[in-house]
Amino acid sequence: MSTEVIKMPTADSLRLGTHTLASRLIVGTGKYANYAQMAESLEASGTDCITVAVRRERLIDSQGRNLLDFIDTNRYLLLPNTAGCFSAEDAVRVARLGREILLGLENAGADWVKLEVLGDKKTLLPDPVATLEATRQLVAEGFQVLCYTTDDPITARRLKEAGATSVMPAGSPIGSGQGILNPNNIRICLEYLKEDDTDYPVIVDAGVGTASDVTMAMELGVDGVLLNTGIAHARDPLGMARAMKAAIEAGRLAYLSGRIPKRLYATASSPEEGTISSLKPR
Amino acid sequence: MRPGMQIVVNGATREVAEGLSIASLLEELQVEPKHVAVEVNLELVPRGRHSAHTLSPGDRLEVVTLVGGG
Repeated sequence: MSTEVIKMPTADSLRLGTHTLASRLIVGTGKYANYAQMAESLEASGTDCITVAVRRERLIDSQGRNLLDFIDTNRYLLLPNTAGCFSAEDAVRVARLGREILLGLENAGADWVKLEVLGDKKTLLPDPVATLEATRQLVAEGFQVLCYTTDDPITARRLKEAGATSVMPAGSPIGSGQGILNPNNIRICLEYLKEDDTDYPVIVDAGVGTASDVTMAMELGVDGVLLNTGIAHARDPLGMARAMKAAIEAGRLAYLSGRIPKRLYATASSPEEGTISSLKPR
Repeated sequence: MRPGMQIVVNGATREVAEGLSIASLLEELQVEPKHVAVEVNLELVPRGRHSAHTLSPGDRLEVVTLVGGG
């Protein structure tokens, strides 16, 4: 009797510039009820890359607790963001500060940044002009820049031309949970960004509300999804983290496997030959 | 005691000793130096220069760390 060896499929890792991620899900560390819940949810999501924000040290904190006491920086690749910046200048300053902290932590994420330059507080939509300006500056300073942007294909193309390592269109506004509002624009972004470079990474960042949103994004052919609120504000964040892990795998497999085309009329699954004599003509 | 000077740290005015270094300030603030980055008058001062960099009256500092975010 021969023993059958089942070959595992080759690891389907995500390449982002010089970094390689085992999971295609990038998860944020904000808005959890407490640090313990955050740590458990990150673990359950299967992610190996987490985003962090840069803020003033609270100089009077009786607890003295820091996010860094609750995340294993040897296990996770950190992706510092420039969230809360409304000008290119401020975003560049925050990116430099984030890099400095990560250098101190000896985390490999010191060479990249999730660039977010916002237009206003109500929509948290990106300012495309300032984002482009900041991208140019940060690329010149040696950063690998992952650009949060809208789903506008023209802006996406301009950001890639400016040297962005990845363009990350929003599915819908940050924290809105509305999902992928304009899948057609995401498709066009994918076509434009990958036309001369099929490996160019495109990530849906923001707006994802539940597992099916993640699956849908992955089925469109994006390379990964970045989310935070969808897990952190779910009734059960730990359960939702598990759901998101399954969703990213399901969507990726479905994309790679090739869905059937949509047709207006039915096609029978059972043989049409050999049916019994019929009382009603077909 | 040495004469003092005023600087602004994270938006709040502080009275500190004249000629204080960034490293000594961080010690005074009781923050873990490995967890922060420091900007003086909008310019980042790398960790390696914290001991040598002495502050001047009116300097505006940002002392930042990592927090949860998306």
